[in-house]
Amino acid sequence: MASVKLAQLRRTFGTVKAVDNVNLDIADGEFIALLGPSGCGKTTTLRMVAGLEAVEGGQIHIGNRNVSTLPARERDVAMVFQDYALYPHMTIAENVGYPLKVRGVPPADLQRQVQLVADRLQIGGLLERRPAQLSGGQQQRVSLARAVVHKAQVTLYDEPLSNLDTKLRLEARAFLKHLQREVGVTSIYVTHDQAEAMALADRIVVMNAGKVMQADSPMAIYRRPANTFVASFIGSPPMNLLPCKVDQAARILRFSDGQSIQWSQSVPAQASDEVTLGIRPEHLHWHAEPAEERLGAEHFVTQALGGESVIVLRLGEHTLAIRQFTDDVPVLPSRVWLSFDPNRVYFYGADGMLLS
Amino acid sequence: MIQRPTILSRRMSLAFVTPAAVLIILFLIYPFFSIISMSFTNQSLTGAAARNPQFVGLENYTNLFDFENWMSRGEFGSSLWITVQFVFGSALIGQAGLGLFIAILFYRRRDFFRHLVYTLAIVAWITPDVVIAFAWFAFLDPFTGTLNNVLGLFGISPLDWLLDYPLVSIILFNTWRGTAFSMLLFTSALSSIAPSYLETAQVIGASRWQQFKDILLPLLQTTIATDLILITLWTFNTFTPFLLTGGGPSFRSELVSIYTYRIGLQRFEFGAGSAVAVVVMMINLILASIYLVIARSRRPR
Amino acid sequence: MKRFAPGRWLVNGLSVILALFFVTPLMWFIFAPFDPTPNLSVQLPETFSLDNFQTVISNATAMRALLQNSVFISGSVMVLTAALAALAAYGLSRGNIPGRDILTTVLLLFSSVVTGTASMVPIFVLIYNLGLFNTYQGAILTLVGGALPTSIFIMRDFIDGIPKSYEEAAMVSGAGSLRIFRDIALPTLRPGVLVVAILAFVGAWGSFLIPLILIRNADMRPASVAFYQFYGDEGNPNIRAVAAYALLYTLPVLLLYLLVNARYGFRFFGGIKQ
Ligand SMILES: Nc1ncnc2c1ncn2[C@@H]1O[C@H](COP(=O)(O)OP(=O)(O)O)[C@@H](O)[C@H]1O
Ligand SMILES: [Mg+2]
Repeated sequence: MASVKLAQLRRTFGTVKAVDNVNLDIADGEFIALLGPSGCGKTTTLRMVAGLEAVEGGQIHIGNRNVSTLPARERDVAMVFQDYALYPHMTIAENVGYPLKVRGVPPADLQRQVQLVADRLQIGGLLERRPAQLSGGQQQRVSLARAVVHKAQVTLYDEPLSNLDTKLRLEARAFLKHLQREVGVTSIYVTHDQAEAMALADRIVVMNAGKVMQADSPMAIYRRPANTFVASFIGSPPMNLLPCKVDQAARILRFSDGQSIQWSQSVPAQASDEVTLGIRPEHLHWHAEPAEERLGAEHFVTQALGGESVIVLRLGEHTLAIRQFTDDVPVLPSRVWLSFDPNRVYFYGADGMLLS
Repeated sequence: MIQRPTILSRRMSLAFVTPAAVLIILFLIYPFFSIISMSFTNQSLTGAAARNPQFVGLENYTNLFDFENWMSRGEFGSSLWITVQFVFGSALIGQAGLGLFIAILFYRRRDFFRHLVYTLAIVAWITPDVVIAFAWFAFLDPFTGTLNNVLGLFGISPLDWLLDYPLVSIILFNTWRGTAFSMLLFTSALSSIAPSYLETAQVIGASRWQQFKDILLPLLQTTIATDLILITLWTFNTFTPFLLTGGGPSFRSELVSIYTYRIGLQRFEFGAGSAVAVVVMMINLILASIYLVIARSRRPR
Repeated sequence: MKRFAPGRWLVNGLSVILALFFVTPLMWFIFAPFDPTPNLSVQLPETFSLDNFQTVISNATAMRALLQNSVFISGSVMVLTAALAALAAYGLSRGNIPGRDILTTVLLLFSSVVTGTASMVPIFVLIYNLGLFNTYQGAILTLVGGALPTSIFIMRDFIDGIPKSYEEAAMVSGAGSLRIFRDIALPTLRPGVLVVAILAFVGAWGSFLIPLILIRNADMRPASVAFYQFYGDEGNPNIRAVAAYALLYTLPVLLLYLLVNARYGFRFFGGIKQ
């Protein structure tokens, strides 16, 4: 096990900046999730760490070795692929043991280690089968086993659960979390599924267009998105974002549809003309009657989801969502007035960055 | 340019490719240039020109395109015209037409008859040339041949096919021989058309002919174009009819490929034979380029 | 729901006509080999006999052509083509060769432009000058050279369809190039290699023109050329021998077709040529 350091990492494909100046320090034993929309450069970053993609600029350190130009086989990393990449012509035992075999581990020792890891991953009884005879969930665990047996310094995961159906995915997620607690190996985990990242990672790195948008603990990312991109990417539904103008002297917020409301709560000093107000749907509340600090909106539709309801509202050309935790379906008048939880409102500047 | 990590290093890749490359250079690239340079000489196997070939400029070509008598039997123009009729009749009409017909006839049908017809067509396609040639020699025999026997059932008197209708014979022969390719190509194209396309049309109430004309045909357009180009290319170059007719009688079924063989390897006039080959290669180049353009436009990205 | 298909009886009727169209020219080979007195018409033998096979089997030249020359030539072509095509296609697909896609396209173009009949003369001269005229090697190398472009396309198509993550997983596991090729690539390529091998074998087995031109020695000729020794001096065939020999000669091709059909189903494997 070792720490990993990515410094000013860059990679372009033609004109596409797939990875654009990524800096990241990963502590020994830390589990990092790279999260972002499809095409934001997560896989490319991971493959550069693995040595499967060339490092165009910047450096990668594993422990105290600069591995930037080393071939994959000399980097001592393990990798779990999205399609599992289990060799169809080998048995499960041969698949799992392959990294050891390549290293010249003697057969008896190899067999013992394979059995140990396989048992831990609950595939100990499948060792003589071939990949095609296994279910998707079992294949997935075989690919995990191959990475675990490797005892590499870093384990890399490229969307390892995305080929499983929803139920299996939840099971596998719990499994992975458990395994991580036992093994505790430094991990980089690529996913576009925020729930997966939230559930598994010690720290989430949100990426967009090749750049790191925010790197923080899951709860910090959820609570205080550092910019409008993260705000609108994390959460379902994501954070409400409303452009408005702040009149610091009169303590008034003016919205684009012409409404203005009294605002007694604190406003960051830099907030002025072009700001965006952000508030999570669970921190927004509706009322049937107007008041000085309430914002008027039209009720659009209500989606009852079981334990919660999502109420969709329209304010001019903007759409807002309220999450209300109740198993009654709330009934709204066509026009409602909104109030905001104090201390849960964030202001973002014209550049999209959080003002504080 | 960044050196991307690849599974094989540069040196290793070259080592993998080299043995095949050597043979391809020897038997594909070298002949190409050799034919072109030979076509400007009077090289031959025997005689003075064998040891000491002379540069003769365009003489071989002017002989080929001697428009005074190039259409007389056994001359290049005549052979080219025979080939054009052969390609048109056996490839464009025969193989493509029959292949498309069979593919559509058995569209979404998996029964005994389909199995039978496909198997027989494929057997006709894969059986070695010399065997097929003899089979057709027997089939077309004027006295006891099966074709005449069958025609006799319909009151048609026996014909001496190979003697009196050599071109018709090889057209029939080549249609029979090569239909399997078009049939399989169209079948695989048809099987990739989602049934919902036709079902939508059926729900609207389109007739079978409308379904064929408005749905299937447009969807098959590029496949048809690909098929026509490929079989034209192959039929233009096929040598197999030689085994049936030898190009005769009196050159009446002498395709360009057979003409090339006669000049180059029976008369051993390498220079003249090469000039024919160069013309053939130019025609092939045009056909293959069209194919590549179609194939590229078909690929996504 | 009504299917897009004409009535069943019409289809069945047309099927029978099509089946007859394809089978009639071949029907002669079903009966004549077992008929002691065959002519060129299709007829049930009066007595069923294996005499024709006896005649052929006792003909040493013909049997050598079939069992020794054809087997050796086609077998060598098969092994060489499959091996070289697999290596080259793997190099092109997974290797680091600049312009490898353009290279493949150019190869495609060349192979369809320089066809058998067009290149006969220079190949004859080349083989003659290499001192390989009248040798097995000359015919074998020529046939391999001719089969390679198509085989490489088919193999490359096949390899491009195999996920790179197999080899990448092995790279990360610490394996080197040759080891990856041996442990991971070769086993996954096996079905593609088999297809290419069979196509090369069938192609070589049926080839007529190249051995005819390049092998003059009657004792070295393969069955496709030896077939014509059952034709008399005036070109009249010895029908009994031809019938039996043709059947023996065709059998391996038909068996291979059945094998491929049973294992993979007969379908297309890319490439510009058959
Ligand atoms: N081998 C490649 N060649 C060209 N473009 C690539 C290649 N790999 C990735 N890209 C491009 O780089 C960007 C980032 O890709 P990727 O890292 O795969 O994104 P993610 O894994 O986040 O979905 C995308 O725009 C993608 O199209
Ligand atoms: Mg990805």
